[in-house]
Amino acid sequence: MRAFYRTTLMAFKALRRNIMRSALTTLGIVIGVAAVIAMTEIGQGTNTAVQRTIKSMGADNLLIQPGTASSGGVSFGSGSVFTLTPQDSDAILRECPAVAEVAPIVRARTQVVYGNRNWVPVYIYGTTPSFLKVRDWEDLEEGEGFTDQDVRNGTAVCVLGQTIVRELFADESAIGKEVRVQNVTFRVVGVLSKKGANMMGVDQDDILLAPWRTIKYRVSGTSASTANQSAAAATTDPSQKVNSLSGLYPNQGTSLYQTPTPTQVADTPQPIRFTNVDQILCKAASTKEIDLAIKQITELLHERHRIKTGQPDDFSIRNMTEMSKALGSTSQTMTRSLLFVALVSLVVGGVGIMNIMLVSVTERTREIGLRMAVGARARDILRQFLVEAVVLCMMGGLIGILLGRGVAVLVRVSLGWPTEISVLAMVGAVVVSAGVGMIFGYYPAWKASRLDPIEALRYE
Amino acid sequence: MDLIKLDNLYKTYHLGEMDVPVLKGVTLSIGHGEMVALMGASGSGKSTLMNILGCLDRPSAGHYWLDGQEVSRLSADARAMVRNRKIGFVFQSFNLLARTSALENVMMPLSYTASGLSDREGSRQAQAMLERVGLGDRLDHHPSQLSGGQQQRVAIARALVNRPPLVFADEPTGNLDSRTSVEILRMFQQLNAEEGITIILVTHDATVASYAKRTIHIRDGMIEEGVYGHEGIKSSA
Repeated sequence: MRAFYRTTLMAFKALRRNIMRSALTTLGIVIGVAAVIAMTEIGQGTNTAVQRTIKSMGADNLLIQPGTASSGGVSFGSGSVFTLTPQDSDAILRECPAVAEVAPIVRARTQVVYGNRNWVPVYIYGTTPSFLKVRDWEDLEEGEGFTDQDVRNGTAVCVLGQTIVRELFADESAIGKEVRVQNVTFRVVGVLSKKGANMMGVDQDDILLAPWRTIKYRVSGTSASTANQSAAAATTDPSQKVNSLSGLYPNQGTSLYQTPTPTQVADTPQPIRFTNVDQILCKAASTKEIDLAIKQITELLHERHRIKTGQPDDFSIRNMTEMSKALGSTSQTMTRSLLFVALVSLVVGGVGIMNIMLVSVTERTREIGLRMAVGARARDILRQFLVEAVVLCMMGGLIGILLGRGVAVLVRVSLGWPTEISVLAMVGAVVVSAGVGMIFGYYPAWKASRLDPIEALRYE
Repeated sequence: MDLIKLDNLYKTYHLGEMDVPVLKGVTLSIGHGEMVALMGASGSGKSTLMNILGCLDRPSAGHYWLDGQEVSRLSADARAMVRNRKIGFVFQSFNLLARTSALENVMMPLSYTASGLSDREGSRQAQAMLERVGLGDRLDHHPSQLSGGQQQRVAIARALVNRPPLVFADEPTGNLDSRTSVEILRMFQQLNAEEGITIILVTHDATVASYAKRTIHIRDGMIEEGVYGHEGIKSSA
C-alpha cells in the first residue's frame, strides 16, 4: 500500500517536473472525455425531449376495445359487442400497477352547432378528466378541463380542440360560449392546445371532449350505430342472432354445463351491465412496462368478464408498438453513436499518451539506468511508468469531465438546448481513461523495464 | 573474510558470429575496508570488470563472492536487491534527477529497499547523509542550483544512504576541476578511514589512483597488480 502511494506520489512529481508537456499530452484525453461528457449530456437531454414528444403522441397508450360479435362465422368487426364498462376502467386503474392513467371513452359522431355555423368533428369523446393525462394534453390553451364532478353529474360542459374553435368561432374566444350537440347545449369551459395530425394523418385537434355520462345518456344513445356504421348490423339481442347452424345440429340446444341452483346463483351474482363504454384508453407507467400492463389488464378483464382459459377474449388491446419501437431505437442509436465517438476520441488520446510516454522513456533512459543501479527491479520500473501513464490519463479524464460539464452548461444557457447530467458517463469516463492509460502506457513502461542498466547508464 | 573474491572470471561478448573475450580469467580479492583503484585503458576490460563487480552484469564463467554470497549466477531481480543493499554507485556525470531536490535525490534508493522505511525516517536518514557530505544547508536545492562538486557530493550521499559496505566510484572526478577533485577524493579517503567503507575508484588517471592504498591494473582482460605505471594513459587514444 505504501509502495503504491509512493509510486503515485513519484508519478505526480515526475509529471510536475514537465508540467507543460504533461498538460499537452493529456490534452487528447481531456478533449476526448470533455466531448463525450458534453455530448452525452446534450444527447441525453435531447433524447429525453424527443422521447417526451413521442410519448405525447401516445406511445405509452394502450387502447382496449370490445371484442367482435360474430355469428355463424360472420364477424361484425371490432366494437360490435358491448363488453367494456366504466367499472372495468376503474378496476384497471385500481388493480394494475403497470397502468398509470385510465380514461373510458364514449364516442359519438354528429354535428356541433354554434350560431349560424356548424361542424362535424372527427372525434366527439365522452370521457373523464384523466383523458388529458393519458394523452399528455394537460396544458390547455385557454380555460380549464371539466372535473370528475361534472362526470358524475353529467353536466353539459365541453372542451374543444383548436380546429373546432377555428371553424365555429373564427376570431372569437370560445370560453363560456354555448354549442349545441344534437340539441344538447354544452358550455365550452376550455380550449385544448394544438397537437396537429397524428401518425395516421388524422387531425387530432378536431375533437370535442365532454363528460362521458353526458355524451352517453344525452347525446349518443347507443354509440355503435353512430361510431361504427358496419356494427349496426350486429344487434345485441341474442334472440335475433343469425344462427343458421341450429337446424343442422340438434344437440346444439343441450347445455354443456349444469344449470346453477338458486343458491349458486345467489352466491355468484352475474353483473348486470347497465352501461357500456366504447373504448378504454390507458397509459402505461413507463414505456418498458407496456407489455406488463397488457398482461395485467388481460388477466384482470379475464377475471371480471369470467372468461375461462381457452375461450376467446371479448376485448382486444392495442398498443403503439411502432411508436414505442421508434422510441427505443432513437435512444439506442444515440447511445451507440456516442459510444463510438467516445471510443475513437479516447483511442486517439491514448495514442498521444503512448507517443509521449515513449519519448519520456527515451529521454529518461539515464534515470532508468540509475534507478536500476541503485536497486530498482524491472517490475518497479514497469510500475513507475505505468502509474505515471494512468495518473496522466485520469487527470485528463477529471479535467475533461469538468470541461465537458462546462460546455454542457454553456450550451444550455446560451443555446437553450436541454441537457441532463449523466453520472454513468462520468464514472465511465474516469474508468475508461484509466484503462486507456493502462493499455497505452503498458508498452512504453514494458520497454523501460527491459532496458539494460549498463546501456541505460551510458546512454547519451 | 574478503568482501570481494573473484575466482577465474571470464566474460565473453558475442557479436554476431564472433566471440569477443573481454575478461580472460580474473582472480582477485578485496578485503573489507580497503580503498582500491581500478586502472586500465579503454578496451582493457576495465568497464566490464566494474559492471560485473557492481552486479550490473554477469560473468560468462567463473565465480564471484560478494560479502560471502555467490552472486555470479543470480537473476536480474536478485542482483537488483544486492545492489540496493550492498553497493553504492558514484558516476562521472553525477546522474542526479533533474528538477528534484537534493534531499529527494538522496532518498531515491530508499524507495526500492525491501525493509520499507517510513517517509519521515527516510528523509531523516537522507538528511544525515547530506550533512555528512557537508550539504546540510542545501537540502532543497535542485541539481541545477548546485556546483559540480556539490552535485557529486549529493551523488555520494545517495550512494551511502542505504549504508552499503561497498562503494563504486566510476571516474568520480572526470567532470570536476582539480581543486574540487581533491575535495571529493579526500572525502572518499575520509569515508574509507572513518566508516570502513570499501571504496573502488575506477579511473585511468594515476593521480586519482594515487589516493587509493592499492591499485589494480587491468590490461587485455588480465590483472596486473600493484604496478604504478602510465601504460594505460599512453595507449588510450
